[in-house]
Amino acid sequence: MHVISSLFILALLIGLVFLGVGVLDLQYLFGVIIPYAAITLFLAGVILKVLKWAGAPVPFRIPTTCGQQKSLSFIKADNLEAPHNIWGVLGRMILEVFFFRSLFRNTKTEIKDEKIVYGSDKLLWAAGLAFHYSFLFIFLRHFKFFAEPVPQLMSIMQKLDGFFQIGVPELFLTDIVFIGAVTVLFIRRVVIPQVRYISLPADYFPLYLILGIGGTGICMRYFSKVDIVAIKQLATGLISLNPIVPEGIGIMFFIHFFLVCVLFVYFPFSKLMHFAGVFMSPTRNLINNSRVKRHINPWNPEVKVHTYAEWEDEFREVMKDAGMPLEKE
Amino acid sequence: MAEKLIKPEDLARGISYKHPEKDWRDVPTEMKKGCINYGALPASADYLDLPNVKKWQPMHDDWQLPENWKEIIFEGLKERLKKFRSLQLFMDVCVRCGACADKCHFYIGSGDPKNMPVLRAELLRAVYRSNFTLAGKILGRMAGGRELTKDVIKEWFFYFYQCTECRRCSVFCPYGIDTAEITMMVRELLNLLGLGIDWITTPAANCFRTGNHLGIQPHGFKDSVDFAVDDLEENCGVRVEAPINKKGAEVLVVVPSADYFGDPHYYGFLGYMALFHEIGLDYTFSAFASEGGNFGLFHSNEMMKRLNNKIYAEAKRLGVKWIIGAECGHMWRVLHQYMDTMNGPADFLEEPVSPITGTKFENAKATKMVHICEFTADLIKHNKIKLDPSRNNHWNVTYHDSCNTARGMGLLEEPRYILKNTCNKFHEMPENTIREQTFCCGSGSGIGTDENLEMRMRGGFPRANAVKYVQEKHGVNLLTCICAIDKATLPPLLQYWVPGVEVAAIHELVGNALVMTGENDRSIDLRGDKMGGKEDTEDV
Amino acid sequence: MYDSPKVLLGLVIFLVLITFPIWYNIAGGTAEYVPELEKPVKGENCVADTEYMRSSHMDLLNTWRNEVVRDGDRVYTAPDGKKYNKSLSQTCLDCHSNKEGFCDKCHDYLKIEPYCWDCHIIPGKEMK
Repeated sequence: MHVISSLFILALLIGLVFLGVGVLDLQYLFGVIIPYAAITLFLAGVILKVLKWAGAPVPFRIPTTCGQQKSLSFIKADNLEAPHNIWGVLGRMILEVFFFRSLFRNTKTEIKDEKIVYGSDKLLWAAGLAFHYSFLFIFLRHFKFFAEPVPQLMSIMQKLDGFFQIGVPELFLTDIVFIGAVTVLFIRRVVIPQVRYISLPADYFPLYLILGIGGTGICMRYFSKVDIVAIKQLATGLISLNPIVPEGIGIMFFIHFFLVCVLFVYFPFSKLMHFAGVFMSPTRNLINNSRVKRHINPWNPEVKVHTYAEWEDEFREVMKDAGMPLEKE
Repeated sequence: MAEKLIKPEDLARGISYKHPEKDWRDVPTEMKKGCINYGALPASADYLDLPNVKKWQPMHDDWQLPENWKEIIFEGLKERLKKFRSLQLFMDVCVRCGACADKCHFYIGSGDPKNMPVLRAELLRAVYRSNFTLAGKILGRMAGGRELTKDVIKEWFFYFYQCTECRRCSVFCPYGIDTAEITMMVRELLNLLGLGIDWITTPAANCFRTGNHLGIQPHGFKDSVDFAVDDLEENCGVRVEAPINKKGAEVLVVVPSADYFGDPHYYGFLGYMALFHEIGLDYTFSAFASEGGNFGLFHSNEMMKRLNNKIYAEAKRLGVKWIIGAECGHMWRVLHQYMDTMNGPADFLEEPVSPITGTKFENAKATKMVHICEFTADLIKHNKIKLDPSRNNHWNVTYHDSCNTARGMGLLEEPRYILKNTCNKFHEMPENTIREQTFCCGSGSGIGTDENLEMRMRGGFPRANAVKYVQEKHGVNLLTCICAIDKATLPPLLQYWVPGVEVAAIHELVGNALVMTGENDRSIDLRGDKMGGKEDTEDV
Repeated sequence: MYDSPKVLLGLVIFLVLITFPIWYNIAGGTAEYVPELEKPVKGENCVADTEYMRSSHMDLLNTWRNEVVRDGDRVYTAPDGKKYNKSLSQTCLDCHSNKEGFCDKCHDYLKIEPYCWDCHIIPGKEMK
């Protein structure tokens, strides 16, 4: 159900571009106005969401310790898995953000002959990592459309990416990895019963959207080519706040560009905010030092407690009979 | 064991991870017998001044929700979203990757998809989306939203009392989403409607009144301790002193109440007393702070603070220098991660220094509370106690990491160090089931009740399965642990799944192995059974 | 605990990175630059129409290369029926005689580094 409904939305979005650019000739709307609106909503949305999170305090120090605490001198502490100082937290966060440390732990649980067995399951980790890094590389590669003159780094990146010189223009390896990884992520969502059961349209839609963006991009590079000089003029015009829409940009580009805009707008309102959330997770980014340094809860509530005096008042007689020490005889 | 409890082999065979095709939001929840806990007794709830107190049971159709129940939930959720960054973040960032799905012991043991941590959290998230996010308000179900109905409340009750707040899922989550945080929040919300369970509310009320969950009054506490002193003398031939409410002692020792009232906890309690006597520690128990455990943790942050309050208060009144906390899991979650924040600063205490070894416990310099395993490991390292591990030769030992001390503290090696020095036969369970990946006993967080027995046996299946593995492979016959709930609930669990494996406190083995000045021939162990080393020293 | 400074620092870093093209342009970019192509020295029209040549000349050259090198087929018939020798240096560069003023303009603009010149000699330049 959800698999289909979100695909339908993607089809609708693409249809919108055909109508808007192909039929109604609204190049300026799709080339300038929507992109500006999208980036504005994206930035504002991300900032507001992060500020909303930041507006709620972390009342308690609740790191999930995944290793040995620092206690006695002869017991080796694991600073990366149960950080006892800021360096440990930095290391833990770097491992988490850049290498998906927690996903690397993933196992698969099965029941065989009435026994539970655990197998290693690194597919999600590998596909996730491959997807994020290829996406990042492709994203950075697009910098050449915005920068004039193009920095030398872009040349190095392209040469690395097109190392095997297959075809003209050379096939970018990241394109293959990207499509492959997103496909794996999609397939596991549909095939693994547990994951299919928990999946919402909000899980399929970004995958479709990203596949749509990647697909149209690849199409433009390898199959249905477009005038990229004109596209760069559009891009540089946008970032220098001097927008123009040159003639002769193909519809394929407008689809690509529009889907990117949709992604930008969708971002702050969706689970994609995990890119910022991962930095703010209190089970990961706190030092496990709650017994060393007092953590302050800004709303630490006043509560009704049972004082010793009240307690002794209630039990004085029985305590006296038992010969226990008392504050008041 | 309840008569109708499903047989272990039938239970194991019946677990299926195939899920219905129907959207989970359309699958009704049945209040299944054997899988729910009874509602709170009005008297206990009243004693604690809880809202919306009523006589009520979850298997009844009418839950007697107050008129404005929806408003209470929305206001309560709104307030908590502002107070807890964890909640706000965990509502927003889950990508439903499924990494947590098969990490929960309740899911593994039941196959019920709503026991997948991600779906458990979605039970709240769906309501959050519909009422607190723009997309959810506009698109509703399409955006993963769900209308809040009385059935949703019932579903919350069923599944958030089927989470033991063990945090295993949070180890595997790429964003560290901790279902325990979400469970705590939903339980707080349910309590606002008067939907608490009795096994949490009544112990909390007891603890608030008498000082401990069991409701033992001060003279009863003294009786228990005196009885233990006699028992220890009978076993070891040494008469120890066990002061209660003694002013000016150096150290206050706080134990979970089960230690002096429950079996097999009690043998560990004997172990502490033997140890403290042998090293000549100047300590005192307290009949007021006669509970280290804190069922408030399973109720609400306010209740946790109310119950925890007495520890520092009593330390201050008695004028001790610092505090030792005994073996208990959730108690240490509170002591390590919450106590100082809630009831500190403990500036009237001194930084803990072992009077025997001179070791400064710098890891506890603000809270001033040291875990007994840290204390004992330090004694062993400095050769301050004489241990004869062969006295535990009748035991083939494995160690179960308690969820809270493992994932909420990082206390992994201290107990193992003690075990290495107190017994000769030790085997670890498989690595996916210990340390930070340890499996819960299935009965933690206040749901270890008889009426919930089937679900406990299901939740404890992964733990028991790992015990069975070392039993078959190495002949293990003793599961040691440092958690009072473990010690109470693992024996029936192992009886069900792995007959022949007993449960013991780490300090029971310490007590057995401890060579005491003036001791008798030590022919019997702390349980009163024949001591291991006596007959088969030669063939080990 | 709010850790506001850390959150704000994170947001600033995010903003700077995401808007980097703008800063790059302000700091020394010439965003208004548009490559001006040198007009061909002779010839009425190209082997294909301009729009196709702008976006897809690499396809044509790649096809030419394959057909010449692999099949020895040297004759290209344009849509208007005219026949050409399939040759980069002899046909293309015959009209577009200045590589720097023509090919390189767009290629530099978009940092495209075709490997044509790994083998081909640029006319008018000495072999090294």
